[in-house]
Parts: sequence; C-alpha cells; structure tokens
Amino acid sequence: MIENIRLAFQGIWGHKLRSVLTMLGIIIGIAAIITIVSTIKGTNEQIKENLIGAGNNVVTVQLNQGGYPYDMTWNGIPQGVRLITEDTRRELEQIDGVEQVSLYHARNYADSVYYLNTQFNGEVFGIDENYLEVYGLQVKSGRGFTEADYTDFRKVALVDGNTVTNLFGGDSPVGKCVEIKGDVFTVVGVVALSEEFAPTIHSINDYWLYADRSSGAIYLPDAVWPTAYRFDEPQNVAIKVANTDVMASAGQEAAERLTEKQIISPDSSDFDYRSQDMLEQAQQLQSMSESTNMQLIWIAGISLLVGGIGVMNIMLVSVTERTGEIGLKKAIGAKKKRILLQFLTEAAVLTSLGGIIGVVSGIGLAQLISAMMQIPVAIDVTAILISVVFSTLIGVVFGLLPATQAANLNPIEALRRD
Amino acid sequence: MAILKLTDICKDYQQGREPVRVLKNINLTVERGEYLAIMGPSGSGKTTLMNLIGCLDVPTSGTYELDGKNLKDLSDDALAEIRNKHIGFVFQSFHLMPKLDARDNVALPLLYGDVPLKERRERAEEALKAVGLEDRMDFLPNQLSGGQCQRIAIARAMVGKPDILLADEPTGALDTKSGNQIMEIFRKLSDEGMTIIMITHEPAIAACADKIYHILDGELRTEDTGKEAAHEED
Repeated sequence: MIENIRLAFQGIWGHKLRSVLTMLGIIIGIAAIITIVSTIKGTNEQIKENLIGAGNNVVTVQLNQGGYPYDMTWNGIPQGVRLITEDTRRELEQIDGVEQVSLYHARNYADSVYYLNTQFNGEVFGIDENYLEVYGLQVKSGRGFTEADYTDFRKVALVDGNTVTNLFGGDSPVGKCVEIKGDVFTVVGVVALSEEFAPTIHSINDYWLYADRSSGAIYLPDAVWPTAYRFDEPQNVAIKVANTDVMASAGQEAAERLTEKQIISPDSSDFDYRSQDMLEQAQQLQSMSESTNMQLIWIAGISLLVGGIGVMNIMLVSVTERTGEIGLKKAIGAKKKRILLQFLTEAAVLTSLGGIIGVVSGIGLAQLISAMMQIPVAIDVTAILISVVFSTLIGVVFGLLPATQAANLNPIEALRRD
Repeated sequence: MAILKLTDICKDYQQGREPVRVLKNINLTVERGEYLAIMGPSGSGKTTLMNLIGCLDVPTSGTYELDGKNLKDLSDDALAEIRNKHIGFVFQSFHLMPKLDARDNVALPLLYGDVPLKERRERAEEALKAVGLEDRMDFLPNQLSGGQCQRIAIARAMVGKPDILLADEPTGALDTKSGNQIMEIFRKLSDEGMTIIMITHEPAIAACADKIYHILDGELRTEDTGKEAAHEED
C-alpha cells in the first residue's frame, strides 16, 4: 500500500501540468466550500461573541396574547393570569442550565416621568433583588437597593448611563428626585454593565440587534411598583443561563412551565408565555444568509462532481497509455486486485492532494475576503476533515471504472500493443 | 521427471466468423534442465505457443501439465500466481518500468509474491550480480544500453527462482555483441540447471540451445523432421 502511494506520487510528479489540471475541479470545489463554511462560522461566532460580551446570555419569558407580547402600557390587568410566586421562581431556577431567575415589571414606553420639567422617554422597570445580577449590572456611583428599600416600600430609583445623559444632562443624578406618575422617587445610584463592551457591527441588521439605542432605563424596587403603576400586574421573567448553547432549550422549558402554572384554564384563553432571546433573533437573521450560502455549497458540490469526472477521464487515458506496464505486471504475476488497488490509490492520492490544496486555498481565500470585506471568518476543523475525506472518496468512486478496466486487461493484448 | 508436458494442445482464434486453428495438436515434453529453442517464421503460431506455456493464455483443447500439475480450469488469479512462482519471462522489448531503477525493476515480481521489502532488495541485488550489473543498481532503464536492459530483464525473470525461463526473441532488439552476451548468460544458467525455452527466428541464436524445435503453420516438429517440410492446406 505504501509502495502504491509512493508510486502514485511519482506518477503525479511525473505529469505535473496534467495532474494540476485534473485536480483543478476538486481544488475549486473544496476551496469554495471551505471559504463559505468559514464565513458562516465566522459570522455565527461573532453573534455569540456580541451576545456574551454584552452580558446577554439572558432569556426573557413574557406573557403573550394571541402570539404578541402583552404590553401593560396600553392594556389592563389580564384576566385569568396569576402572579408569579417566589416558589415558582425557585422552581424555574431548577431547570437545566439556568443560573438565576429574576421577576420584574416593565413599561417599555414610560409616560408621565419627569426630572424637573424634562420628560423621560426611556423604559421603567420594577425589579426584584436578582435583577441586577442577572443582567450583569453594577452600581457605578451611589448605592444599590437594600433590603430595607423593599421591606419599607421606599420610593427610591436607580438609573443607567443613558438616563444620566438624556434626563440629567450628564450631571450626577444621585440624590435628585424624579417624578413618576405624580409620585416622587429619589435616585440613589447609577448602574452600568460590569464591563464596557462595544459590539462588532457590520450591517444595519447588526445595529438593530446589538446597538444600545435606548433613551435610558429607570429601575424601581418592585415593592413600590404599584405606587406608580398598578397592583397585580403579572411579572416578566429574566433567566440567566450558563451559556448560549442552552439558551433556547432553557427558555422554552420555562415558558412551557409558566404557561401551564400561571394561566387558569389555558384551553380557553389566548394567553401564553413565550421566551425570546437575542441569540434566536440573531440566528433568524443568520439563517437567511445561510440559505443563500447553502445554494453556493450546492454549486461547489457540482464543481466537485465535474472534477471527479475529469479525474475519471484522465485515469482512463492513463490506463490506455500504460497498457504495456499493466501487461507486464500481470505477466510477472500481479493479481487483478493488485492492479485495481494501484489505480484506485493513484486516483485517490490525486484527488486527496487536490482536496488538501483546495483546503489551503480556501483558508487563504477566506482570510482575504475577511481582510477586504470586513466579514468575520473562522476556520472549521470538521469542515476541513470532511473535505479531505470527501475528496479522497471522489477519487475512489471515479477511479473505480478506470481501475477495473486496467485490472481486466488481457495481458497478451496488453503486451502486444506496446 | 518432465517439468512441462503438453498433450494434444490446440488453440483456436475467432477471426471474423470462422474459427482459425493456430496450434494443431502440439505435443511437447520438456525435462528439467533442458535448454531448447523453438523456431518459426512469423505467423507460425510460436508466440501463441509461448503464451500458452507462460500461462498467459489457455488452450482450446488438450492438457498442460506443469511440474506434474494439470493447469486446466484455473482462475486468472491462480494463473497469475503460477506465472509469479514458476515462470520467468524475458521479452524482446525488455518491458522495464521506466521510472524504477534497476534494483526495483528486478524486485517487482517479488513484490507481487508478497516478499518483505528488505528481502526483495537483497534478492534483487543478488540477481543483478549474477548478470554482471552490480555497479548499475541505481540506474534507470533509459540510462542503460539495450544489452544492459535485457540483462536486467533476465535478472527480473530469475529473481523468483522460477522453474522455467521463457524467452521471446531475447536478442531481437540487440546488436550481435550484446546478443552474444545474453546467450552466454543463458548458457551459464542452463549449466546451472535452469530449464530454458527460447523462441526465436534467428538460426544463429537457436543454435545456442541444446535442442531445436520448428513450428510451422501451427505444427511442431523436431529438428530432424527437416526445415523445408511441406505444409498441408486445411
């Protein structure tokens, strides 16, 4: 076998131009596939990096009505939906991959919130003790909420950096008062993400997904939420998961449990809980470009097929050319299997070499595209291994016909023709 | 005991619609250690006879016994093994592998006999020494003269220690001097006990053998039957 491989390399080296031309189809096909796969993987990894970097391995589970999130700003207290108890919250924490669960109230469009005579356009949240930790928020100045804030129903508030800029004109807000729905809350601290992170943005879709475009957020202890808003609003759930791989599954399970437990008579109601994570949204975007890429991979596959046929063609020529050699080998005692194996090895070595060259040029091409068009690329080792194995397989499959022909040559005819 | 025994061998070839009988009732017994030449003009069937003896072809009828073993109804692979173990071929046009050096060319039959690499090398070098080419082991065929190439071919034929050396016009492509060298090697091999069957159309070469057969229109005669024997129309 090693002898065969050595001889095959000799043969390929002996016909350099012909070998390169024969391999070209394979090289182009494999290079195209590697380039496409690297780009897909690169983009995917970028998405994950953006999400993790933003502290965003958080899934939110929200109450939905008829398939749309139920917004408390415009709607009344929903009928037949229970409040989520502390016991249920703990239960959710037992789900596989879940690290921490927070319950919170939300107004996505704040109304009647003022600092002096400036109106606030951001979001208002009523949060429990876990919220800041779940979202990776840290107190940057002032203080956070204490247990007393909750038990004594203190009217205190935390704000984020955007609120400082938009509402307080950049001045320190600590100690200042904001008016929420006619009630006065004292700002006790400023929170921000524990690490400053700038997501990598290449497209308008990335911008909508990752960019921080909120006008700001104000956080209140959930205990005093009814002071400003209403009693008995069902909470939203934020779930921090161990890593992005379990996001979807953990979110889904939590949503199912909540739908089952929290909604009285789920059969007759159009309420349910649904999970939503950024990874999912990002992947929806990604799947569109991936389907285009799949078509490209098919085209590359056709190139491989054509390449395989080219290899078969050249091998057939080679068998004809080497009739004398085959005849002699049979005369001195080579069995059919030996001849078959020799030509199969030659075809397989040829296409494997093509595959390897294809992989190398594919990696090069991917890096070039990455440098020129700012598209992230990541080399996929599995794809490389599959490519090389697949190209070897092409050699074996398309080498079979020529090799069989060689093995079945009549030695007398073969010797006479030379 | 006879190393080779042909009994009533016939060989037909399909030519157009009519089968043509190329060999007619050949009877030939060769004793171990014999050195014989088979002469005949082209078209006489001598190459067909050589192919049969060399197990490259099978007869239409008749029996072929090699070393007491009947070779009837053997598969292609079984015949390949017999060629590998029992027969050494020397061809008019050498048939050396152009990309292999002398040593590897000689070792080739051992490769197909599944001999380990180290032993292959050693035995090939030994065989090359026997034909006087010990200083040309690393040469490629195109770096050597025709006579040297044919000596490599002889070494290749002998390396597997076959029962019969089968030579088809071994001097056909060589000048007289190289041809004589080849004949000297054959003589030496014969003296060492090798059975040699040589096919040629040159009387001078045939004369080197101990015994001469003539083949004409598919019929085999010994020398005493006369060179000018009339042939019958079929």
